[in-house]
Amino acid sequence: MKTATKKKHWYDYLWIWTIVYFALGFFNILFAWLGLIDFILPLIFAIAGGNKLFCNHFCGRGQLFWVLGRNMKCSRRKPAPRWISSKWFRYGFLTFFMTMFGSMIFQTYLVFSGAGTLRKAIKLFWTFKVPWKWAYNGSVFPDWVAQFGFGFYSLMLTSTLIGLIVMALYKERTWCSFCPMGTMTQGICQIKAKKGMEK
Amino acid sequence: MRKAANDINRCVACGVCALQCPRGAISICKGCYAVVDIATCVGCGLCAGACPTGSMSIQDTLTPLRDIQEERTEDAAR
Repeated sequence: MKTATKKKHWYDYLWIWTIVYFALGFFNILFAWLGLIDFILPLIFAIAGGNKLFCNHFCGRGQLFWVLGRNMKCSRRKPAPRWISSKWFRYGFLTFFMTMFGSMIFQTYLVFSGAGTLRKAIKLFWTFKVPWKWAYNGSVFPDWVAQFGFGFYSLMLTSTLIGLIVMALYKERTWCSFCPMGTMTQGICQIKAKKGMEK
Repeated sequence: MRKAANDINRCVACGVCALQCPRGAISICKGCYAVVDIATCVGCGLCAGACPTGSMSIQDTLTPLRDIQEERTEDAAR
């Protein structure tokens, strides 16, 4: 018989990782590279396992929204508009997100090839430049490594801020309903499940 | 009888409902959508309250649970 209080696992505390990640990136932008874990792990789970275990148990960001929204009561907990979880918006947002990711990679390439110079700033909401020069004072790595860090940190911070806004306005984990990683991994899982049925 | 029901066309398989369910009645099917084990579900509505898309809802099941369980055992026997 299951009891009402569930056993806590180590991965129930991964929301701390999200805070640590942003704190580390504030002091040294090279730590932004660690965010790639959050990009690669869900894809590995989806492609190799055909599941969304990352979203379900290991997503620190989703957990942070839950801790802030539910436990700390920072959410209105009102239903979000239906279009936010509609297919066209989810895939549209994924496309937009990947385009911005591609443009960030291109910026990194420009610095790599010498056509561009390292800009010690982060861009919030793909628009607003925020000086971030304290986070990098040179390292053993070439400049493009830092440029990727600034770009990737911008992307992570922007998406977390969007998530926090929708958390406050609507349900705690409204971000999950249009999270590009979630859309992508669910899409992969659906393709895999369909293939499994045909066999 | 009140039970949780999931609209699988809108479900994003985030798993919040499964985390909230005090009876462990919800599982994520192949990373595609949440499935409610209605035999275990007590219709408390915690899942529906947590669902970010509103795909999970509490509905009156017209069929008494006894019949559904019988149907299931028949299916399993087939």
